[in-house]
Amino acid sequence: MHEVAQSPWVAFAYLVAGVCFILALRGLSHPATSRRGNRLGMAGMAIAVVTTLVTHVPVIVDVLPPGAVGLDDWAKPRVDWVPVVEILAAIALGAVIGLTTARRIAMTAMPQLVAAFHSLVGLAAVLVGVAAFLNPAAFGIADIVTPMIGQPFAVIHQVSRIELILGVAIGAITFSGSVIAFLKLNSTMSGSPILLPQRHAINLGMALAIAFFAYGFYATQSPLDFWLVTAFAFIIGFLLIVPIGGADMPVVVSMLNSYSGWAAAAMGFTLGNTAMIVTGALVGSSGAILSYIMCRAMNRSFISVIAGGFGAVAGGGAGGEAIDRPWKRGSAEDAAFLMKEAGQVVIVPGYGMAVAQAQHVLREMADKLKEHGVRVKYAIHPVAGRMPGHMNVLLAEANVPYDDVFELEDINADFAQTDVAFVIGANDVTNPAAKTDKSSPIYGMPVLDVEKAGTVLFIKRSMGGVGYAGVDNELFYRDNTMMLLADAKKMVEEIVKALG
Amino acid sequence: MTFVSILSIFVLACFVGYYVVWSVTPALHTPLMAVTNAISSVIIVGALVASAAAGVPGAKWLGLTAVVLASVNIFGGFAVTERMLAMYKKKER
Repeated sequence: MHEVAQSPWVAFAYLVAGVCFILALRGLSHPATSRRGNRLGMAGMAIAVVTTLVTHVPVIVDVLPPGAVGLDDWAKPRVDWVPVVEILAAIALGAVIGLTTARRIAMTAMPQLVAAFHSLVGLAAVLVGVAAFLNPAAFGIADIVTPMIGQPFAVIHQVSRIELILGVAIGAITFSGSVIAFLKLNSTMSGSPILLPQRHAINLGMALAIAFFAYGFYATQSPLDFWLVTAFAFIIGFLLIVPIGGADMPVVVSMLNSYSGWAAAAMGFTLGNTAMIVTGALVGSSGAILSYIMCRAMNRSFISVIAGGFGAVAGGGAGGEAIDRPWKRGSAEDAAFLMKEAGQVVIVPGYGMAVAQAQHVLREMADKLKEHGVRVKYAIHPVAGRMPGHMNVLLAEANVPYDDVFELEDINADFAQTDVAFVIGANDVTNPAAKTDKSSPIYGMPVLDVEKAGTVLFIKRSMGGVGYAGVDNELFYRDNTMMLLADAKKMVEEIVKALG
Repeated sequence: MTFVSILSIFVLACFVGYYVVWSVTPALHTPLMAVTNAISSVIIVGALVASAAAGVPGAKWLGLTAVVLASVNIFGGFAVTERMLAMYKKKER
């Protein structure tokens, strides 16, 4: 229906929007080009929205009275301004909410914000899918059949039925899954996994039910099947994320990112819209790759993350017997002296640093060290924050220049030439047991080789606690390790004072 | 467009996505998630089609609601990405 009336320029405009989105991601290959990329993304979105508004602007065509002559002007289609104003008001309302949130949000709360945003994409996809189901003619996906007796009705094309039901199902899973991820990341809900009995059987049953009713919708266009698929998809999204523990949230957020992309792609198929399909594919692959990177950084398989439960069992007995081993304690003055005399200091920040809000005073410390002629670098493990790249943002916010910040594979060889490794708020990602102890739950996980540095300074609140993975850290008991037991922020403040 | 031509675009775009995303520096993975989130709100196109169409009032109101949700995401997503990217600075020297 709509395809017939569309000018080739419309398809071209959507293609341009799609290319803008590709270039937006391409710009993120380097911080220097990233802002230009983001602007291109905005331009692409503007093109897509304006094109849609212009081609779908609602019109009123007045019906000519029979026998009327000389009223040609009257018969011309006119723009129906009421829906246009409604749409612009809806966009303005969204803009105000979105811009206010973006301005106010703390950088530490970024993972929650992204999860919340994903839930909105998911819900929007569901609403669009339902709207397309209720008014298929407007989306150009149905033929109107007029039977001999009764009302004319819309028959949705079979291929569109598949696209529609897929879009709605993925959108619903994205929505409910993201809501749970948001609640967990926001600590509104406990981060520990909630394990239902027989959860794998329940999930399998749900998945089969969705497939069964989706087939029913495909075969008969039954409204009941449509609503059942939507309802089950909402429930399974909830059930899938509830058993996943806080430590695995970076994977979950990336995975939901991917889902929101696939939902957009499915809707793009329904509308035959290039911009939506290209975007969906980009976002879908992006989320999938990020999930893969996060899994690799934790040496976990994607399946084991999705199956859930990590962090529920590991917290127990492990490492208890090691507490009595001898270890060395240092003061802020010792730390300041060691670092002042060093040639190179590598700072290893973890999420604990962000929790203690120590990033700003940490940069002050780095500045002081640089004044003393010390070379300062930062080493970031891929899972150092609560989402991919989170730690880099937190350091950037504290005005740490990005060329001082290094990824695991770029800095690991450097530790052997480093005089002091300064570990703050990180734990599991520095544990040498990951390389040597086959019985350790984190065995095989790539870690930062901090123990190769001349001295390791390790800030920790007390000797008792363990990391996310619930294992003791071999590093604490090494000869070249000095434990600085205090609140991270206070300790760094004292070191800054001692540096003079 | 035929289903096959749409599918071709989709498959090729997946490959483009794969290579482009691997070229993103890990330091910018959080902005990457924020911006992909913003652009996946291109779903607003479907929402606009639904809101502009006459005939079924229910579909229209669902469409308008989806327009609000998607534009929260578009404006919020791009703005927060811009805010983050502005913080990444080179060494002064």
